[in-house]
Amino acid sequence: MKKVILKGRAMHGGIAEGEAVVTKEGLGGMSVFDMNTGRVVEIGSDINGQNVKGKILVFKCGKGSSSWVLWHQVLRFMAVSPKAYIVKECNPQTALGAAVLRCPFITEFDDDPTQVISTGDWVKVNGDKGVVEIIKKE
Amino acid sequence: MKLSSDERLMIDGKAGPAKQKAMELLVRYAQALDATSFVNCTNVTLILGALPDPEYIQKIVPSLDADEIASKIFLASDDIVKVDRVATFTSTNAYFYDQAFPNVQRGGKEACDLSKKIEDYCKRIGIVHLATCTPYQSGNIPIKGEHCAWTESSAIAFCNSVLGARTNIEGPHSSFASCITGKTPLHGMHLGSNRLAKVVVNVEVEMSTIFDWNLLGYYMGKQVGLEVPAYTGIKVPPDLNMLMALCSSGIASGSIVMFHIVGVTPEAPTLEIATGNAKVAKMMKYGYSERRMAYQMVNFSKKDDVDVVVLGCPHYSLERLSTVTRMLEGKKIHQNVALYITTCRTNKSIVDRLGYTEIIRRAGGIVLEDSCGNILDLKPFQVFATDSAKLVRYIPGMTGIQNIWCGTTEDCIEAAISGKWRGDMK
Repeated sequence: MKKVILKGRAMHGGIAEGEAVVTKEGLGGMSVFDMNTGRVVEIGSDINGQNVKGKILVFKCGKGSSSWVLWHQVLRFMAVSPKAYIVKECNPQTALGAAVLRCPFITEFDDDPTQVISTGDWVKVNGDKGVVEIIKKE
Repeated sequence: MKLSSDERLMIDGKAGPAKQKAMELLVRYAQALDATSFVNCTNVTLILGALPDPEYIQKIVPSLDADEIASKIFLASDDIVKVDRVATFTSTNAYFYDQAFPNVQRGGKEACDLSKKIEDYCKRIGIVHLATCTPYQSGNIPIKGEHCAWTESSAIAFCNSVLGARTNIEGPHSSFASCITGKTPLHGMHLGSNRLAKVVVNVEVEMSTIFDWNLLGYYMGKQVGLEVPAYTGIKVPPDLNMLMALCSSGIASGSIVMFHIVGVTPEAPTLEIATGNAKVAKMMKYGYSERRMAYQMVNFSKKDDVDVVVLGCPHYSLERLSTVTRMLEGKKIHQNVALYITTCRTNKSIVDRLGYTEIIRRAGGIVLEDSCGNILDLKPFQVFATDSAKLVRYIPGMTGIQNIWCGTTEDCIEAAISGKWRGDMK
């Protein structure tokens, strides 16, 4: 079982673990999810059809509507949100997400998390220390 | 973080619980950004209208009380706090319902009532209710260098790129906290060095229509990530509609919060000034093949029979309203097609008095104020046509529609009249 450690800058603390869903692209908020289930419905997205509920969401950066955080917050209120957010490049949309979403958020890693982590890997997130442990899917 | 005495007062609760909650949220936000101080902001646009449909709000805040919605959702607070009055000039942004047409907007009367409740709340706390994604069309025009906290993606790009005012991409929560406190993190686009171009894009194709500018923005939004691009090679300077198209499409498909057009926009009199004489990380071209790819990204309908045509994203300008009125005068749109045109309440009141609204109504179209293509009551099986690349990006997720055409305003009006899409990349 191959283990990889990534170190980054903590944006919000907390501990979580789960299966990764990874997009190498920017991730939006508005018009991206089915708010009842957490399934990605955005046409053209490389994670279209996947579900983020209870997952560790790994993505390049925030994109799209400035209401980004609102839709992620509604996922949380509807109990279908990811357990933690791993963001390659921080921008104001994701920083506001860290301030609002009450779950571990880490950014600016020593290596590109969208390359190191693959969908299906098991990921342990320590938002207090800014450390992510990845157990690669066999 | 370095806090000034008034910021300290707010976070210590000495300015009341609402300012305390707002300041706490801003401090968490600033720390996540890695910012170390705040700047006073003198212009805020608030996107409190951007609420999910009432079925979700009822589950989150069953009382539907505006103070509770504002506290629980927009201040991310478990305690309900009452905001007395905003601390700085603030106007509302898009995503409100046109109260005159409850039946054509998703959620009908119930959703209109919730929208009105939020409108009344905004008015109560001293916010100027403009209800538009184009505040600059309705009298909110910040000046070059002014520190703002703006929401609504296309307006943010317009504020930075076209007006030369300074804003980050603020969300409903951070802009709300900023209008309560008058503060925003000193970070990102508030700092001159971050406003310099890191990517230079040489535009090799003619840019003669608004649609050309939609395609340029949509393509580049997918390419440049969080970087600021500078466009060169533009032979004919864009007009207001073209700039609105570039602003809205580049941040709908991606994250372009600021761009330069060399020789046109205020911080790019020359390429050297736009880049700060620094080595540019990336040189790119936008030619015919790139434009063709962009066209394919925004056109994915399998059917030619059009059911609904939506114009006015971002909110239509007086020029567009005038042009479309001329195209529709004395005509009738096809019996199977619905035509909606969204604009700001200021432009709507002018076109009402000019008689344009009535001409469009007689042709079979509806001009809506405040509203947005994304809140129209559309059905997943419908075939949708628009002249806005931004709308293409959001309509599938908001309505379930899968068949979409995007072209020039002329293509759209032709489709509304004939019921068939005949547009193509010219």
